[in-house]
Amino acid sequence: MMNAASRDGYGAALLDLSGNDKIVVLEADLGKSTKSCLFRAEQPQRAFSMGIAEQNMMLVAAGLASTGMIPFASTFAIFTERGFEQVRNGIARPGLVAHICGSHGGIHTGTDGSSAQSIEDLAIYRTLPNMTVMHPCDAVSTRALTKALASHNSPSYTRTVRNKTRQIYTDDEASTLEIGKFSVLTEGTDVAILACGVMVQEALDAADTLAGEGIRATVVDVHTLKPFDHDEMKRISEECGAVVTAEDHSIIGGLGGAVAESLTSHHPVPLERVGVEDTYGMSGQPTELMKHYGLTASHIVDAAKIAIKRRND
Amino acid sequence: MSDDSPEFNQKSVDELIDIARGCRREIVKMVKRANAGHPGGSLSVIDLIVGLYGRTMRASPSEPKHPGRDRLILSKGHASPAMYAALHAFGFLEESDLHSYRMYNGICQGHVDSKWTPGVDFSGGSLGMGLSFGLGIAISGRLSGRDHHSWVILGDGECQEGEIWEAAMAAVHHRLENVTVIIDVNGIQNDDFVDQQMEMGDLSSKWAAFGWKVRDMNGHDMTEISEAIDWAKATVGPCAILARTTKGKGVSFMENNPSFHGKAPNDEEFELAMQELAS
Repeated sequence: MMNAASRDGYGAALLDLSGNDKIVVLEADLGKSTKSCLFRAEQPQRAFSMGIAEQNMMLVAAGLASTGMIPFASTFAIFTERGFEQVRNGIARPGLVAHICGSHGGIHTGTDGSSAQSIEDLAIYRTLPNMTVMHPCDAVSTRALTKALASHNSPSYTRTVRNKTRQIYTDDEASTLEIGKFSVLTEGTDVAILACGVMVQEALDAADTLAGEGIRATVVDVHTLKPFDHDEMKRISEECGAVVTAEDHSIIGGLGGAVAESLTSHHPVPLERVGVEDTYGMSGQPTELMKHYGLTASHIVDAAKIAIKRRND
Repeated sequence: MSDDSPEFNQKSVDELIDIARGCRREIVKMVKRANAGHPGGSLSVIDLIVGLYGRTMRASPSEPKHPGRDRLILSKGHASPAMYAALHAFGFLEESDLHSYRMYNGICQGHVDSKWTPGVDFSGGSLGMGLSFGLGIAISGRLSGRDHHSWVILGDGECQEGEIWEAAMAAVHHRLENVTVIIDVNGIQNDDFVDQQMEMGDLSSKWAAFGWKVRDMNGHDMTEISEAIDWAKATVGPCAILARTTKGKGVSFMENNPSFHGKAPNDEEFELAMQELAS
């Protein structure tokens, strides 16, 4: 079922939270795109347009947070990066609880082309002490996790995507998700596939294909890249002995990087990373681009077999 | 509007002049002990900070996090010795705290830092960010029914940062009246005179063109400073006050000297400075 994009879940969550008078929404002329416009329509006096000026928006969020307000500042993922140093020095360093949402993350953004397709956001925000970094896989889980941020005690960055994706969770299932905890979708013992965002649906399809060949895969939705669930990572890598990561993001520093760091420290096993191979995107339909850049279920299947072979060799 | 904000000081002009002179000595001593820091911009800005704490800031050392407090946001956060000296003069810090400036694990960090120092609300060190922070606090005040004021101190060189002008637009667009910017126009930045690095032109006209109420003053004259503060409080803001200052003010060899933007005096220079700053 392709019913919504994760940005719709973000907008729905802000609407759910609109009765909380501590919540303040900041926009940078992309409220209709990020879906914070839904909150604005409901609570115009607590939604502020900052114009096309992301640096200022980040520090306005910091000032609000310093008084106990709960700001949600959103724009395209790529444009949050315009204010990266503001996030670093103005929000994360003083530990001010401001929440940033970057929509239109990844190659999946499509026809806008490479300037709009952030493939490095998860990597850079993950390096900041105090930051929580999330990239949920569907609208339902995005809604649940965004709502959870209202009582979260760290600043955060959440990536959403522009285009509709398959619904992975029911509302009841999503309500059990916890920030910082892996969500195991299927359990197997041959290989573990850890995915985030749009690649979770591809990982589930890959697991189906592998099952047809007698290979049983664990599939994990890593909706939170930081704090990283090292305990669960260790358990799964011990059980499966071979790991694949799948993300619509550079293979450098994102989910693949986080998993590599964790495995290296806790339980080294063969790891194959499916992601954008250190290059920029281009215009095209999401499905065309995902195929071009190697971000499909079939690429995950191939990677899984390589990881298993490396383990067995 | 809530009326539970802390009381403010009402020091006389003569008292403010005395306090500022003492702060100047502490600034030079801090930089000398650390053998590093920014004496020039601290000496140019100190009268402004003392004026704010002595005349208007509703902020209490006994409750530095009071939600109704006014905020003094030192956006030019490298002038931290001036902030620490004033926080000491007004009871937020002990004299011994000043000895921790730039020292290992010291509460007086190299640049002002809200996580380390009581009375410091804004973590600076990266220029261009303080006004935006002050706007966030002003928005919060509007939403929560508090009338606290954001007093934001900028440098003139700092006004080269684009974010300053993003914030200048946003303040007027959102009619944030409880925000005042005071610009320490000392004419010198890190490498050289401002006019050599990036000419700022007519700063008064620039702020006025962005919709701010603008006033010029001598940033070392406590009477003018007091009057400008009263003007900003009585005016429907946002207000910008251009404080014409002298970098290194009070120490002859530092005055208007770019080399003392970020350098400590040697032993001989330190003795001379202490003599010049003796009451």
